[in-house]
Amino acid sequence: MAEAALALEDVAITFGALKAVDGVSLTLMPGEIHALIGPNGAGKSTLMGLISGSLRPDRGRITFGGRDVTALPVAARARLGLGRSFQVSSLIPEFSARRNVMLALQSRAGHPFHFFRPVRHDRALTTSAEACLAEVGLALRAHVRAAELSHGERRRLEIAMALALAPSAFLLDEPMAGLGAEGTADLVEVLDRLRARAPILLVEHDMDAVFALADRVSVLASGRLIATGTVAEIRQDAAVRTAYLGEAAS
Amino acid sequence: MPRIGREQGLNLGLALALLAAPLVALALAEPFYITLATRIAILALAAVGLNLALGLGGMVSFGHAAYFGIGGYVAGIMAHHAFMGTPGPLGIPGTGQMLPIWAMAMVISGVVAAVIGALSLRTSGIFFIMITLAFAQMLYYFALSWPAYGGEDGLPIFRRNAFPGLNTMRPIQFFAVVYVALMLAIGVFAMLRESRFGAALMAARQNPARLAALGTAPFGVMLVGFAISGAITGLAGALMADLTRFVSPAMMAWTLSGELIVIILLGGTGRLFGPVAGAALLVGFEVVFGGMTEHWQLLLGIVLLLVVLFARGGLIGTLAGREGHG
Repeated sequence: MAEAALALEDVAITFGALKAVDGVSLTLMPGEIHALIGPNGAGKSTLMGLISGSLRPDRGRITFGGRDVTALPVAARARLGLGRSFQVSSLIPEFSARRNVMLALQSRAGHPFHFFRPVRHDRALTTSAEACLAEVGLALRAHVRAAELSHGERRRLEIAMALALAPSAFLLDEPMAGLGAEGTADLVEVLDRLRARAPILLVEHDMDAVFALADRVSVLASGRLIATGTVAEIRQDAAVRTAYLGEAAS
Repeated sequence: MPRIGREQGLNLGLALALLAAPLVALALAEPFYITLATRIAILALAAVGLNLALGLGGMVSFGHAAYFGIGGYVAGIMAHHAFMGTPGPLGIPGTGQMLPIWAMAMVISGVVAAVIGALSLRTSGIFFIMITLAFAQMLYYFALSWPAYGGEDGLPIFRRNAFPGLNTMRPIQFFAVVYVALMLAIGVFAMLRESRFGAALMAARQNPARLAALGTAPFGVMLVGFAISGAITGLAGALMADLTRFVSPAMMAWTLSGELIVIILLGGTGRLFGPVAGAALLVGFEVVFGGMTEHWQLLLGIVLLLVVLFARGGLIGTLAGREGHG
């Protein structure tokens, strides 16, 4: 079996008395979309924080590309190739869409201490930025300030920035949040293409999107993984139905 | 985009007006106005430094008077030892030449800014403001109680430091030196803002979590920005010492830190020529209304309040509109 792109082993963190994440182990295999679902408060966002590095686990180990990253800060993990998007669009509001992507590209290219050359004439950045925007369907909005983009466009720009990092794993936190049916369908298409580039750990509430995209699904409830399996297995799982799907259906 | 063109026109107008004013004063034999224009240019230069930290990096330093004062003391101490013919601190010989003094002023204030920044940048918001103020006050009281260089009486510079090929004692020639330094600093500011470093610095202000998630730790970017900022303000301090031919702890007083912030707010935060516009407004206000009433600062306060409430972009923002970041 191939080595996991990302692996969590018995990861846990508590906030006061709350066991937000309680002994979670999961893997993200090359080429797959692994969806992480669970009701509100299940610990999905906390888990995303632990994987991206904004939180440190109390115990457990996180390896990325075979390397132990448990103690590394956010920026170092990103440099190793962990490209994340945020649940609430997190952009540079005063920058145009293109400049947001250029910022991602320059971060990937190395340290930021280049003082002399103006970025807007930096072909290495501008052409790749336009390619990334085209890939998510934002080519015509390249010069619009991020703050003035629509909600759906901001969600796409998040993906374009993750794409620009050329990551070895994507960490997407509810990319469909707040999108209409049409926007979701478009984005499902984009993500489906994305999996050819790198595996995706996808936190998502939209079940149709999850079932359309995921190779494997893990279900988180009260900080613990209650099931991991293929879409068909998860649909059948009794514990999942009570914890989550049943609740959503009622 | 026509708005960018408008800002460039405004900048050119400001640059030419600041150059023309002392020339007119020279023609009319009114040296007071040459000195006034020089003061505007020096304060603008100090504010260009702060604008890098505050405008681009979002670091609201309430202690930039410290770097201004350090630059001033470097000029004063070097000139003092050159005049006395005694060796300076650490056995460094004194000098009456501006160029080596500037280099020293920028390096020392830049290093001090790096140290203060490294400690202060662990905080943010109001705590950052207060910590930078606290460090500046420490340096202020240190200068106040340092008898070797005049303590609270300050230290006179008997002969204005020299610049190769110029007679700096002539006000117009000294103004030329200051003006060129200001334009170079504005050029450096523009260059940095357009660079990869500038992009990271502006991103660190707007969304540090996002910058980190892209693989660039905000701390290092902000620290380097803060050190360069301190160095530019230090250069302004060295020039101010030469203008007044006197350095004293008053250069490090917190009121000066406040004035630099006021200059930036009046001119337009983060704008290329905001410091020039703001310094001209502040000094102009002081001259015009200070002549009528000693309560001119009350008027200034009202104007500042109006700017903050209704014209967030300052003078440049109001006249030229929002900035473009293509």
